[in-house]
Amino acid sequence: MDLNILWFILIAVLYGGFFFLEGFDFGVGMLLTAITRKDVERRAIINTIGPHWDANEVWLIVAGGATFAAFPHWYATMFSGFYLGFFLLLLALIVRGVAFEFRSKHDTARWRYGWDRAISISSFLAAFLLGVVFTNLVRGVPIDGNMQYTGTFWNLLNPISLLGGLTMVMMFCFHGANFLSLKLTEGLRVKAHANAKMYFTTALVFALGLFAALFFTPSAFSSKGWTTLILPVLAAVAMIVSRVMMESKREGWAFITSSLAVVFTVAALFVALYPNVMLSSSDAANSLTIYNASSAPYTLKVMSIIAAIMVPVVLAYQVWTYLVFKKRVKADNKTLIY
Amino acid sequence: MDIVLLSRWQFALTTIYHFFFVPLTLGLGWFVAILETIYVKTGNPMYKRLTKFWGKLFLINYAMGVVTGIVMEFQFGMNWSEYSRFVGDVFGAPLAVEGLLAFFLESTFLGVWIFGWERISKKLHAAVMWLVAIGGNLSAYWILVANGFMQHPVGYEIVNGRAQMTDFGALLGNPRALYLFLHTFFAGLVTASLFVLGFSIYHLVRNHEPEAFKKSFYISALIGLISAVSVGLAGHAQGVYLREVQPMAAAASEAHYETADPADFHVIAGIDQQGRKTTWSITIPKALSFLYYFKFSGEVEGLNQVQARYEELYGPGNYIPNIPLAFWTFRVMVGVGLLMILLTAGALFIAWKKYPDKWIKRSGWMVGIIFLPYIANTTGWILTETGRQPWVVHGLMQTKDAVSPILTPTTVLISLIGFALIYGALMAIDLFLLLKYAKKGLVTAEADSLPIAGVETHKKRGGK
Ligand code: HDD
Ligand code: HEM
Ligand code: HEM
Repeated sequence: MDLNILWFILIAVLYGGFFFLEGFDFGVGMLLTAITRKDVERRAIINTIGPHWDANEVWLIVAGGATFAAFPHWYATMFSGFYLGFFLLLLALIVRGVAFEFRSKHDTARWRYGWDRAISISSFLAAFLLGVVFTNLVRGVPIDGNMQYTGTFWNLLNPISLLGGLTMVMMFCFHGANFLSLKLTEGLRVKAHANAKMYFTTALVFALGLFAALFFTPSAFSSKGWTTLILPVLAAVAMIVSRVMMESKREGWAFITSSLAVVFTVAALFVALYPNVMLSSSDAANSLTIYNASSAPYTLKVMSIIAAIMVPVVLAYQVWTYLVFKKRVKADNKTLIY
Repeated sequence: MDIVLLSRWQFALTTIYHFFFVPLTLGLGWFVAILETIYVKTGNPMYKRLTKFWGKLFLINYAMGVVTGIVMEFQFGMNWSEYSRFVGDVFGAPLAVEGLLAFFLESTFLGVWIFGWERISKKLHAAVMWLVAIGGNLSAYWILVANGFMQHPVGYEIVNGRAQMTDFGALLGNPRALYLFLHTFFAGLVTASLFVLGFSIYHLVRNHEPEAFKKSFYISALIGLISAVSVGLAGHAQGVYLREVQPMAAAASEAHYETADPADFHVIAGIDQQGRKTTWSITIPKALSFLYYFKFSGEVEGLNQVQARYEELYGPGNYIPNIPLAFWTFRVMVGVGLLMILLTAGALFIAWKKYPDKWIKRSGWMVGIIFLPYIANTTGWILTETGRQPWVVHGLMQTKDAVSPILTPTTVLISLIGFALIYGALMAIDLFLLLKYAKKGLVTAEADSLPIAGVETHKKRGGK
């Protein structure tokens, strides 16, 4: 296996990790205002992800940095080409980040409910835009022979990528509800169960619709034939198993399987993409690949050594934090940290 | 308006804004870690309260550093795609490592710190804060390695019109980056020291919890003086090295137009950019040579001579940056730096005299010192980044060639206005919260785990 392939896989893992982790906290963010209107209960919901959301977001930052280092052309073409999309994503992430921090620093109802709404809307927007971006990578966008994107902002908003955006949103709501059912107590736990069940059907239908659409239009998916459908099928199966587990109140398994569903979905997109990193819809010859978009071998080698040492360390301490906070969060003012 | 200009404005706006929050994060982390360690060692609950108080302000500030940082990470690709293609090989690596090594460390353990008071042992909790502080300062190192490459490229070769890394070690040990880091490290400590000192004075003047705030006052005055002197020394060394590798930027910061030996130092001067000369000045003879060589002689190359040399090297063009900007930002930064040494020394004297009442009463104005480091930090970066112009990577690529060619002015204008608006709003909210917490003093830091006052259940909607 050459280093280009290794880095393609590593970047897929980073985005996969990001969608798995930030996926549930985007979901929690979106569900926040829907589940309850009581301040303590909302605080309890936020505290389920409180210790983790920033570290989860760093997965995206590292994925972006790794893309820059390993595949500079991919980084350059994607970020400049999807300029306004990323601009909106940044606005959403800015608002979301400060909202978590600021909401409890002032105690009027207007202030808190305002920031809560901001959390929900920005979580929705971020999840949706990321779905749009990744669907477009696989579906293909206009790119010329100099690796420059030649479309406009509106090219990004095609039916398939919109479907991709909504699929992410629904899957994250489902995934987030599963996470909450694992982390909350009493009434809130019951509500989380109900939400998981509610979002299951939509999420499944949207995901199946997305993969069908990608399969039946000319895209990275269709060009590879039936084998690309293995991972989507696994994702669907994982979702169904998750639903079944929820029915029998095995919340741990429900969460693990909904995580798998997210991971399989991201993996499906990356497998379809390989060996390209951005598909050109103008002319397949203009596509960016893991070879023509990459850094020189020396950089890849240095980065590989650092990743080999650091990734296990990071994983170890991140797992540790989930163990520190494994206790369920009770909506009780005496124990909650604001 | 063209996309280069708009993109530059946007980059300047977002980076300067990001760097409003960064130095305080860098420095205040150490303070909180030190206070918590004293608490663990002595068991004195006053130090726990101080830890929580300064910790709270750290968090409010930190949140802004995080969200504005993500913008930085994406902007190279968004606005400077040709730059990213050209240097990604070299420049991308430290950015990626920064995330992997520093941001993960900082953000993961900060989460544990905020929510972990009752979950892990006291000692471990204090250790976690040390990791947060180390993580933040590590991130500064890595980002400055990246920035150092733009200032003074090392460890690369040009292959097919792109920079390729050939020596990672040289990149990490780039003296330009090490000087940048040293100076920034101390700038962070100064920023935090004066922040703590300023708010301690605020409370001492009002006689709030004098015992606790005298402790803060003393620690911050001491660390403040040490780091203010250090930031100046490090800055001086950085400036000396600057002349070797970026003679144009160095001469710009002194408005030094003609080569001279010995060279005079302009304290202040009038600058005629078109005529490429100074019109008037207050001058200390031979002092510029002294600053660079530590003796009253030694040649210092002037702007016009560097310009001539660069035209030979790189072809015709104007290689002179904006002189008044470099000249005056440098003077403001250094002036503020010297002022801070005086002020922290004065504060230490007050502490040494056991806080005489009549002095404390009259030191209310000193709360204003909180702003000084912000001025120095901002002018320092404007000096560094504009002094490098017209290059984006010194000697290798010009800023005008770095921009993303596919952008339209309208697109960049939309994002520029968007960022300006949201940053303006956030700044107002952030200041409101910082002031609110800083003024209320130690009580809020503990009693902050409160639901909305009296509004336990908000009115329900449609029986849901
Ligand atoms: C509290 C902040 C602060 C203070 C008091 C000072 N500086 Fe500074 N300075 C910075 C904060 C800063 C900075 C914002 O952190 C910069 C921008 C880049 C860098 O590394 O540090 C900077 C840049 C910077 C440069 C950069 C030129 C370059 O690298 O392109 C020089 C020569 C100095 N400084 C010199 C000084 C001297 C001689 C000071 C004497 C007192 C001084 N600074 C005080
Ligand atoms: C890795 C770190 C950094 C990189 C790679 C970087 C790179 C750049 C680039 C590409 C530009 C736009 C082109 C230009 O006008 O020069 C720029 C401009 C600028 N940057 Fe930086 N920068 C870094 C850090 C910072 C920081 C932390 C600040 C803090 C305030 C800063 C201040 C500025 C300013 C003031 C400009 C405007 C210059 C101008 O418009 O002429 N930079 N920098
Ligand atoms: C111009 C290039 C820069 C980029 C691309 C950049 C990137 C980032 C990013 C992505 C974050 C958020 C991390 C998180 O979510 O936890 C951040 C925050 C931060 N950055 Fe910057 N930054 C730049 C300049 C600087 C400089 C010059 C310094 C220090 C001297 C610095 C130090 C920090 C610190 C201490 C934080 C606080 C929060 C944190 O680390 O999480 N950054 N930056």
